Amino acid sequence: MRRLLLASLAGVALLYAAVTPAVDPTRMADPALQARYVALTHEIRCMQCQNESIADSPVDLAADLRREVREQLLAGKSDQQIRDWMAARYSDFILFRPRYSWRNAWLWAAPGVLLLIGAWVCFRIVRARSALLATDTGPVGEDGDT
Amino acid sequence: MSRFLLPLGAFTLLALVLAIGIWHSPDKGLIASPLIGKPAPQFSLPDLTEPTRLVHSAALKGRWYLFNVWGTWCGECRAEHEMLLTVHRSGRVPLVGLDWKDEDAQALDWLKQLGNPYDTVAVDRSGREAIEWGVYAAPETFLVNPEGIIVYKHLGALTPETWAREILPRLPPASAGKS
Repeated sequence: MRRLLLASLAGVALLYAAVTPAVDPTRMADPALQARYVALTHEIRCMQCQNESIADSPVDLAADLRREVREQLLAGKSDQQIRDWMAARYSDFILFRPRYSWRNAWLWAAPGVLLLIGAWVCFRIVRARSALLATDTGPVGEDGDT
Repeated sequence: MSRFLLPLGAFTLLALVLAIGIWHSPDKGLIASPLIGKPAPQFSLPDLTEPTRLVHSAALKGRWYLFNVWGTWCGECRAEHEMLLTVHRSGRVPLVGLDWKDEDAQALDWLKQLGNPYDTVAVDRSGREAIEWGVYAAPETFLVNPEGIIVYKHLGALTPETWAREILPRLPPASAGKS
């Protein structure tokens, strides 16, 4: 009984694997172009599903946009030209990686600024502590070092 | 005192930044089209009712038109069809359809059964033209002015409210609009 159950489960799994095609079967002849194709399709948003890239999305529009990427790569366009082409039609929202622009400057600067603030706070705390230590004449700590 | 003020200030600042982010976040699928204020894409596509003829965007210059992207596979398009017929009957602005990734025969059946509100329907079998217009979810409707500039875009089924509030006020007065 158990065997039968396992066998039928395996059968279902196999069938499922057979009827579910990989989302993107594209293989470009030139490995360098293929690498750029994979990178680009992973950083362009599927506008219909919004949290998936066009590389991962099975919807029609994603397939159409992948075709655009492929054809424009074959036509010799640069990665940046393809990104700009997408954003001109679908707004910056289609790019998972925000562009470097004055509008996005705060976005790119924020992590650095936060890190600096954190470092400054750390520095203040450490300095305050060491100042306290210097004035402390009592026994040191509770680790038995009396 | 600054022991409390500093964290409080930091917290307020963070809350403010997050509040602005939530306020301005795209309203679930409503992403402003970068094409508004820009020239509408040029196209030459087969005419749905007369496949040997081409619909040229150049022929549309000089008048206002609504560019409506639809398909028979799209449920919302059926929901909006009655409104398109109302727009057509009003005679205020011609409707140019883009039949997006559809079967011609099915599209013709659809128009025969539900009525044809379009002056012309261009056929986009490959989906390339829809991409030029930044279309990502049918139905979408663009209002194009006589200079060929996209002045407004509506996402989703066209409603009487959108027609009255967003489209009619942008059109020239009814008497001048007849051309």
